[in-house]
Amino acid sequence: MNNQIKNEFGVFAERPTVEKKFYNRLPIVLGLAIFFVLVTLPLWQNVGKAVPVPQPQLDTPAIQKMAEKDRKCVEPTAYMRSNHMLLLVNWREDVVREGTHDFASPDGKKYVASLSNTCMQCHSNKTQFCDQCHNYVAVTPTCWGCHLDQEKKVAEAK
Amino acid sequence: MGINRREFLRLAGLSTIIGLGGKAAFDLLFPGELEAQLLAAPGALTAKRWAMVIDMRKLDEATARKCAEACHRVHNVPNFAQPNNPQDALSPELLVRREVKWIWADHYHNAFPGLEQEHGQERLESLPFLVLCNHCDNPPCVRVCPTQATFKRADGIVMMDMHRCIGCRYCMAGCPFGARSFNWRDPRPFIKEVNQNYPTREIGVVEKCTFCTERLAVGLMPACVEASKGALVFGDLTNPQSKVREQLRTQFTIRRKAYLGTNPQVYYIV
Repeated sequence: MNNQIKNEFGVFAERPTVEKKFYNRLPIVLGLAIFFVLVTLPLWQNVGKAVPVPQPQLDTPAIQKMAEKDRKCVEPTAYMRSNHMLLLVNWREDVVREGTHDFASPDGKKYVASLSNTCMQCHSNKTQFCDQCHNYVAVTPTCWGCHLDQEKKVAEAK
Repeated sequence: MGINRREFLRLAGLSTIIGLGGKAAFDLLFPGELEAQLLAAPGALTAKRWAMVIDMRKLDEATARKCAEACHRVHNVPNFAQPNNPQDALSPELLVRREVKWIWADHYHNAFPGLEQEHGQERLESLPFLVLCNHCDNPPCVRVCPTQATFKRADGIVMMDMHRCIGCRYCMAGCPFGARSFNWRDPRPFIKEVNQNYPTREIGVVEKCTFCTERLAVGLMPACVEASKGALVFGDLTNPQSKVREQLRTQFTIRRKAYLGTNPQVYYIV
């Protein structure tokens, strides 16, 4: 009785008995193992390797020329390090949509709000200063599709 | 037990007072650092309504070409007819279709359809009418833009925000003057000498004349006006003493397709 399926009409049929067995054990386990290795391959490849922490340099000609006390960014370094993208977005909105081009830094100094004409004039080492960190954290800002960096110009001047 | 009603009301009142007066008191007692801000540049040219008058009596073909060249040079507008790399050359058909232009010379019957007549316009037909974005007072491109990438500034300039443009080209369909161009390909290989102080464009955005907002911001007249030797007059339409108003007062002017109701703000003396 136990092995039979009962429905409203009574006993219907005998429950089919299938042997409880792990079929195709070898290919399945092998396949799973291969899948696991493939998925975790990037981890294995990089195990034990330390990616060097980016160290943006300030050794561009324009910055070298400045006096020691004038070597300041438009905002404090800590703020720029964490929030430069917000500052640039604000500049973009203000310049393009509001038409205001002058930026006054917290210490009262005035700058033209412009990526190419202000930021990149000092930080003319785009590959070293911008790209290094952006690659490290795997972000791809779309600035450079239109905005020009001064890297070539500075390299030619040298 | 929690607090009783009297205690609760007392606390709520106190925190309201501190919340309202606290910041003001703090600012008064501890005047903080000057906050960073953007200001209008002191040397900028400003107006309530920018407009342009083009005097066709003073504009010959060479000057018109010079105006267009000056504009395209300062704004990094690509010239597909002269690629930097010969491999990038386009077929004549594609050259026309993919052309990017902000200001160019056109025939009378193209610039002023609806105003042509069979006889008596031989002189007009020979003139190089400089055409550009009309910076309409009722711009259809602004109305159709789904991202507000193109918008009208307070001073009347119809401006492009390339950061927002998604390349849908509604504005090109909306503009009755053909003043807008689409970047079908990366324009950089087609820019002869790049002006480092002005960005280029990317593939997939629409561009047009901006009345040189970046030059007005530093106190310069638009590039075409500077190159035109007085044939192009630029100024504030709301100021009765401005050069533009003087020209409009003393000369008869026509506008392109004014019957469409976009209220174009580029006037032609013919």
